[in-house]
Amino acid sequence: MSYLFAILFYVSLGIFAVGLALKIRQYWNTPAPLKIPTTPAPTTQAGVVFRMFREVVFFESLFRAAKWTWIFGWMFHLGLALAFVRHLRYVVSSDAFVWPLINNWLVQFAGQYASLMMLVGLLGLLGRRILVDRVRYISAPSDYLMLILIIIITVSGIMMSFVAPIDIVGLKAFMTGLMVLDWQELPSSVFLIIHLGLVAVLAIIFPFSKLLHAPGVFFSPTRNQVDNPREKRHISDWAKNSGLDSADGV
Amino acid sequence: MARPDFEIPELKAETEVPAVLEGTMSHSAPFVAKPEHQEPLHYPAELVEDWHDRAIAKMGDLLGRYRSLRVYLDSCVKCGACTDKCHYFLGTSDPKNMPVGRQDLLRKVYRRYFTLAGRYFPRLVGAQDLTREVLDEWYSYYHQCSQCRRCSVFCPYGIDTAEISMAAREILNDVGMGQKYCNEIIAKVFRIGNNLGLPEPALVDTLEGLEEDVLEEDGVEVKYPLDEKGAEVLLVTPSADFFAEPHVDGLIGYGKVFHEAGISWTLSSHASEAANFGLFIGSYENMRNVSMRIREAALDLGVKRIVFGECGHAWRVAYSFLNTLAGPFDFLDPDYPVPQHILEVTHDLIKRDAIKLDPSANDDMIVTFHDSCNIARATRMGNMPGGQFVIPRDVIRAAVNNFVDMAPETTHDATFCCGGGGGLLTDDLMELRVKGAVPRVDALRRVIEDHGVTHMAAICAICKSQFTKVLPYYGMGMDMIVSVHQLVSNAIVLGTRH
Repeated sequence: MSYLFAILFYVSLGIFAVGLALKIRQYWNTPAPLKIPTTPAPTTQAGVVFRMFREVVFFESLFRAAKWTWIFGWMFHLGLALAFVRHLRYVVSSDAFVWPLINNWLVQFAGQYASLMMLVGLLGLLGRRILVDRVRYISAPSDYLMLILIIIITVSGIMMSFVAPIDIVGLKAFMTGLMVLDWQELPSSVFLIIHLGLVAVLAIIFPFSKLLHAPGVFFSPTRNQVDNPREKRHISDWAKNSGLDSADGV
Repeated sequence: MARPDFEIPELKAETEVPAVLEGTMSHSAPFVAKPEHQEPLHYPAELVEDWHDRAIAKMGDLLGRYRSLRVYLDSCVKCGACTDKCHYFLGTSDPKNMPVGRQDLLRKVYRRYFTLAGRYFPRLVGAQDLTREVLDEWYSYYHQCSQCRRCSVFCPYGIDTAEISMAAREILNDVGMGQKYCNEIIAKVFRIGNNLGLPEPALVDTLEGLEEDVLEEDGVEVKYPLDEKGAEVLLVTPSADFFAEPHVDGLIGYGKVFHEAGISWTLSSHASEAANFGLFIGSYENMRNVSMRIREAALDLGVKRIVFGECGHAWRVAYSFLNTLAGPFDFLDPDYPVPQHILEVTHDLIKRDAIKLDPSANDDMIVTFHDSCNIARATRMGNMPGGQFVIPRDVIRAAVNNFVDMAPETTHDATFCCGGGGGLLTDDLMELRVKGAVPRVDALRRVIEDHGVTHMAAICAICKSQFTKVLPYYGMGMDMIVSVHQLVSNAIVLGTRH
């Protein structure tokens, strides 16, 4: 079982990392031939960074659009971020200089209860998907399955955190062992097996699913472009190469 | 107004989000372009035999050329934030008119042919083969999008359905299934110089008539010059301004402003069109070919500045794309932005006291203002973000004493499209146009009832034509639509400068 999970971890992490890197490279290399920021838009690069910050951290546009979706979506993502930081204690060495930043009461407490916030958010999103006729109409089976997958991951985590504690020293030994190819025994817990197994599944499907919204938002031309088309000429390489640049006297 | 063969929606105090009703607009489709409309744009004359392979190949080509398309087809999480934002959904209840519903028509094919998940688990992720039914559905529903970008304001990833619609229309054109209205018009621009097909003699005639009218009415010799070499300003304006009401009253206003400010200006018969329907069909090449006429006219006439008249998507192409498509404009006066909007010019003159307005001339009106979608969400005026909302209102307030804004959820960047933008301003889409106007007309009716509003000012040729045609369906007068420069024209005090 431990070997199986060790291999699963290498494979899933590999697919995640390579798949995501290829996707980001694809986005990076695809030109944006025209200036299309949704206006009013910032007129400076610093302004764009600030706009993107508000979008990524506070979900500004979603807040304007749909308050319930925003509340549930933001609870889930904030909870996820806090829980993620808490999980770092399983992979960061206690000798590392960041260790005190992770292994302190505040981060661990917030991370533990964040899981409950995540669950509320996820159930809210699932409820909305089922109950609102417009959202139900646009939902494919994968949209439900994705929520259910993450709900099971969250619930299994909550079980280990609040109900059926596991041997976290053993877990850390297993995780840190993976990093140096020194394979250790995985603590036995059905919740842990479910939790880790589904996290691996999530990592594998990440680069092939709508989870690409995570890198995608940073590449969205309506959000990441500076509003300065009159001041600065914007011309893509393919327009130039197709003889569509008037600067060449065409 | 002919008796409509569809039901006219009931107006509400506030536009309500309807329950989903599938297929209510599946019958709606504009006339398909004939060979003579397709060929001047270098598209196949009719649906090609290998349309399936060709459409998929074109999609692949566009995916490699437009980051927006690639990222937007991948990124949607189906959160539903956009589902109640489109005026066509609000007016028709058809879920394929929800922005995400519309995008999914293309996305399901994208997933099937371009993603791993869609190739192996199509049912799971809602992927679908490209069939003739799907192609027809594209034709129908991608011509029910006015590319107004309201959805993109509210999308957490900024997904812009306009980008998807443009790509879809380009694919349709590429397989020989273009839209008659847009393609016929673009061909007219190439052949004659403007959307309406007004040849040079007709323009000369019209402009002379305007000079006579103004002389008769105001006793002042205001000139409306055409092809005048050496003028300082080249004015590029939508060709509807040459004859349609209330557009032409705006053109009269531009002339009075230039006259009073002592700015020499000219129109061009070569570039007698500000509109650029290349945008609507998503064609970079056609959009560029139309734009190049403006560059050529500016060079030929030796002007120092380019100014655009009141037009929504024209200002988008001008403000956001002209420099890209037909620049650099290093041969023009660097002290002025290229191009400028006529409202920026007038606004600046008012602020500098270079022209004088007497707002009491418009005391018979209580005016509200319709933010045009493309100006609101795809451009700017002035040097401050949001200037596109401030400058028109400043000019209106200088020209009228009674101004009232409509509900904030229907103005500024949340404005609703008039219902006729994006290449849909054609009689074969009348049902869509009437129903799509619902959110705007609801808000308009409220200020009419609450504040006694008598007129709605607009700064877009399409908005003006659309409202003129559609408001009567709701029992409102077609003459309640006015050009902003019509208000200026009424209020400007001529002869003070000399």
